[in-house]
Amino acid sequence: MLTVSGSPHVHGDDSVKKIMYGVVYAMVPAILVSIYFFGLDALWVLLTASVSCIFFEWLVQKFIIKGPVTINDGSALVAGILLAFNVPANIPIWIIIVGSFVTIVVAKMSFGGLGKNPFNPALVGRIFLLISFPVQMTTWPLPKPLYGGTAVMDAVTGPTPLGILKEGVKMGKTVPELMPEMPGYVNELMGFQGGCIGEISAIALILGAFYMLVRRIITWHTPTAYLLTFFAFTGILHLIDPTQYADPFFHLVTGGLMLGVFFMATDMVSTPITYRGMLVFGVGAGLLTAIIRIWGAYPEGVAFAILIMNAFTPLINRAFKPKRFGEKVVQA
Amino acid sequence: MNDVIIFSIISLSAIGVVAAIVLYGVAQKFKVIEDPRIDVVEEALPAANCGGCGFAGCRNFAEAIVKAVSNEESIDDFNCPVGGSEVMTKVAEAVGLTVEEKEPLIAVVRCNGNRANAPKKINYDGPATCAFAHNLYSGESGCPNGCLGLGDCVVSCQFDAIFINPETGLPEVNEKCVACGACVKACPRNIIELRPKGKKDRRIYVCCVNEEKGGPAKKNCSVACIGCGKCVKVCPFDAITLENNLAYIDPEKCKLCRKCVPECPTGAIHELNFPPRKKPAEKKAEEKDPPVEAKDKTAATKPKNEENNEN
Amino acid sequence: MTTLKTFKRGGVHPAENKISANQPIVVLDPPKQAFIPLNQNLGAPAIPLIKKGDEVKVGQLIAKGEAFISSNVHSSVSGKVLKIDAVIDTSGYKKMAVVINVEGDEWEPSIDRSETIKRDFSFTQKEIIDKIKEMGIVGLGGATFPSHVKLMIPDGKKPEVLLINGVECEPYLTSDHQLMMSNGEEALIGTSILMKGLGVKKAYIGIENNKPDAISYLKELAEGFKGIKVVPLKVKYPQGGEKQLIKAVTGREVPSGKLPIEVGAVVNNVGTAFAVYQAIQKNKPLVERVVTVTGKSVAKPSNFLARIGTPISILIDNAGGVPEDTGKIISGGPMMGKALLSLETPVVKGTSGILIMNKQETHRVEMLPCIRCGRCVSVCPMGLEPILLSQLSRLQMWEDVEKQKVMDCIECGSCQYTCPSGRPLLDYIRVGKNKVGQIIRNRGKK
Repeated sequence: MLTVSGSPHVHGDDSVKKIMYGVVYAMVPAILVSIYFFGLDALWVLLTASVSCIFFEWLVQKFIIKGPVTINDGSALVAGILLAFNVPANIPIWIIIVGSFVTIVVAKMSFGGLGKNPFNPALVGRIFLLISFPVQMTTWPLPKPLYGGTAVMDAVTGPTPLGILKEGVKMGKTVPELMPEMPGYVNELMGFQGGCIGEISAIALILGAFYMLVRRIITWHTPTAYLLTFFAFTGILHLIDPTQYADPFFHLVTGGLMLGVFFMATDMVSTPITYRGMLVFGVGAGLLTAIIRIWGAYPEGVAFAILIMNAFTPLINRAFKPKRFGEKVVQA
Repeated sequence: MNDVIIFSIISLSAIGVVAAIVLYGVAQKFKVIEDPRIDVVEEALPAANCGGCGFAGCRNFAEAIVKAVSNEESIDDFNCPVGGSEVMTKVAEAVGLTVEEKEPLIAVVRCNGNRANAPKKINYDGPATCAFAHNLYSGESGCPNGCLGLGDCVVSCQFDAIFINPETGLPEVNEKCVACGACVKACPRNIIELRPKGKKDRRIYVCCVNEEKGGPAKKNCSVACIGCGKCVKVCPFDAITLENNLAYIDPEKCKLCRKCVPECPTGAIHELNFPPRKKPAEKKAEEKDPPVEAKDKTAATKPKNEENNEN
Repeated sequence: MTTLKTFKRGGVHPAENKISANQPIVVLDPPKQAFIPLNQNLGAPAIPLIKKGDEVKVGQLIAKGEAFISSNVHSSVSGKVLKIDAVIDTSGYKKMAVVINVEGDEWEPSIDRSETIKRDFSFTQKEIIDKIKEMGIVGLGGATFPSHVKLMIPDGKKPEVLLINGVECEPYLTSDHQLMMSNGEEALIGTSILMKGLGVKKAYIGIENNKPDAISYLKELAEGFKGIKVVPLKVKYPQGGEKQLIKAVTGREVPSGKLPIEVGAVVNNVGTAFAVYQAIQKNKPLVERVVTVTGKSVAKPSNFLARIGTPISILIDNAGGVPEDTGKIISGGPMMGKALLSLETPVVKGTSGILIMNKQETHRVEMLPCIRCGRCVSVCPMGLEPILLSQLSRLQMWEDVEKQKVMDCIECGSCQYTCPSGRPLLDYIRVGKNKVGQIIRNRGKK
């Protein structure tokens, strides 16, 4: 019996599954770095988050939606790892399970599951935890390398560089006075700084981003616009008053910026679909991140900035259409 | 402290008064004078906003009626298929007129090409929408006019009155039908027709819309109308016409005598809700029996159609 | 090496699979029975001139295209007309066709069947257009738009350049490639005739870089022709689309909703150029064409010169028979071709290839929810938003569908090809395009 269907009759070999697992592979360097610096704590958090995210997705699909179970498409795994990336390594396990619940059940499945959530689920989970458990979420263990290396300070826990900056400036110190307390650019780039599991090592995240760019899982538009805007904004402020505002390179390598730029702001579901829209999204997120970091109550603004821009995504999609072929007559 | 309270009360009251004056002024300036009868008519309507009357919603329908009345035109052409004659009588009362009673209609699916009658020859792999499949090819059985069974009519129905029977793969209309005509418009092959409900739900119609010649039609479907014209000859009321190899029974002229039904060589003429054919003496006793064609309606479930549930 | 020209926006690169690329054209005998559809062109069907029982010769006019956009149909075989009946064609429906029982192979005496190449011609512009109309030439790329209508330039427009489409961007298909290799010179003469017919001085032949032999062969030949230039293009689908080809070769962008003549360009397929040569120089109507029969399971992927009206089953038999695991038979290429319902479907003027897909390839990938990756948007060569169009179409929001320029869609299928969720984007866009087309036509009537 012959089959009929509309053209095209062939399909490119890309699939949701491949994209999702591609993202997982891209996160491997950051996972390894986190285990290197935080030891088994990080591994436990990562495993708990991934398993509980997948479990909650299965639970909802099986018993509430009663539809097909699609836990092996990798999207729950990605959300789980991203959530784990956004929490400190020493967080109590039960909190991460609560976070997974919010991530999957509230932020993803309640909107209809894959592809329908307006906000990035992992970020919703993170913000929920940050607001509900501020102490646990802002007590970061300092990196304790498995071998070699010495900790910057003797304490077991300590603030992130951004936290030091925010508190210091609040107490009236100037930025140059605070800089000696920081781990230094190279350490910050490599990951030797306080912070959440996945955000410490800029270099590992950039490595993953490079992989995703090559595999064409993400495009250059959002990250470039995001980083450039952020760099320009913090740079200008730094030039105006170097004692009040840290230099842009410091901002680039600290906090969750790289994680946010490459893994959260490029999340397909909750960001614009057109190139123009992606650029606008990046600019908006970059501005908001800088504003929250410098003038906001929280030392870190990436998560809020991206969530706020997520809310604007439908509007951006409406306003920034791709350039139609033949829209403006270009005579060569 | 007292000063603050007094000051706030005074200032807020002042704002309130000013705002009230502005609002009153604006309301007076932009006042739209509407015929109060529109509201009365709308009251009488079922508020389903189905569009079955040909207007966008019940309000528009009411406006059109009132407009026609104020222009002293007849409102006989207006019909709310959902509410039927009952509602139309109320509407007429509201505008001070009377309407003649209209016979209630029901949607009738004129295709019987189920899997047994019209075996599948082609496999369709694509989205579950008749509109697309109709443009793509003639159909799984090869019949260019037959039901595609992908349920555009089911999607269009606001009243849960039409379902695809999973056994036959064809749509079936149940008693919830209000003859709004949405499915008639949704069907790309014009298979569904609004016909008078008939006394005791009795209807006779040609259950086929195939316009091919007899041979090719029969090849695809064993119950197709082959355009032989036997029914035309036997009909005592000239209710049946034959056009493009297809017989059509005019419901206005048909007196439900059932003479054409046994005459059809392919069984394409269906009789619905008639008592079984028995000898005249037994006829009366059998009247309460379950109707012949009324199938088990509960068996017909909505097709599992993921596509329709998605945004 | 300089960078090759191509169009800028969107596009995909499906696996080429040109497995029949090096198979020279094999001439097929006329079939025992030919089914010649009356509507082989875009537009109105032709009106039959013969009746049951008539004797016809090869090349005899059997149906006349009366409407403005319509074209003549000639008998491709000699024999007796059995009937004019409904026969299933590529549209998936039965359409009227002339059925001829073949007896011998007697050609109209006016047709020059010799192999000698006639280079010189001295026809006027009008004579050329009339001859093309008389000989029933239509665009052989697949759209089958009557060629003479393309040459009739509306008032106020001035053609500047003729583009010959030798791109063949569809995977699998190789008929144009082989035609260029075997009849390159004739195609170039046809190109000069078309240039004369249009009154232009420049012609470009666009060929994709995956056919280096055809590029070098035609480049060599083109030196002997004034004003014809071969342009190698980067391999990218859908470069064979009219607007994409114009953009790639000349850099001009045809405005939305307008015809190529708006930017002074006219596009013709290389097969059409060859047919024009035969019509003008050899007095031969369009009665046969090159058809690729291919597919991964096909025993002998081939390029055939087949008579119009030959059932495709005969072509497939000559290519080694219908493979056992056949799941789908497509007329045309895998990106834009139409799935056929029956092996008895005849070859028509627009049949560029027969692609046989095995059962494994036949099934579409599993459909998942849209993840808004935006790939359909980035690959759309027309700068549309396929996901938006398909959703609006499904929700029957026709006004919005129209506003989002659904009529610009060229139905290339890049969006659906690339969709990681395997969504039937183009299927729904077609529904919308159809409906909006109807709405626009109705508006025109009022």
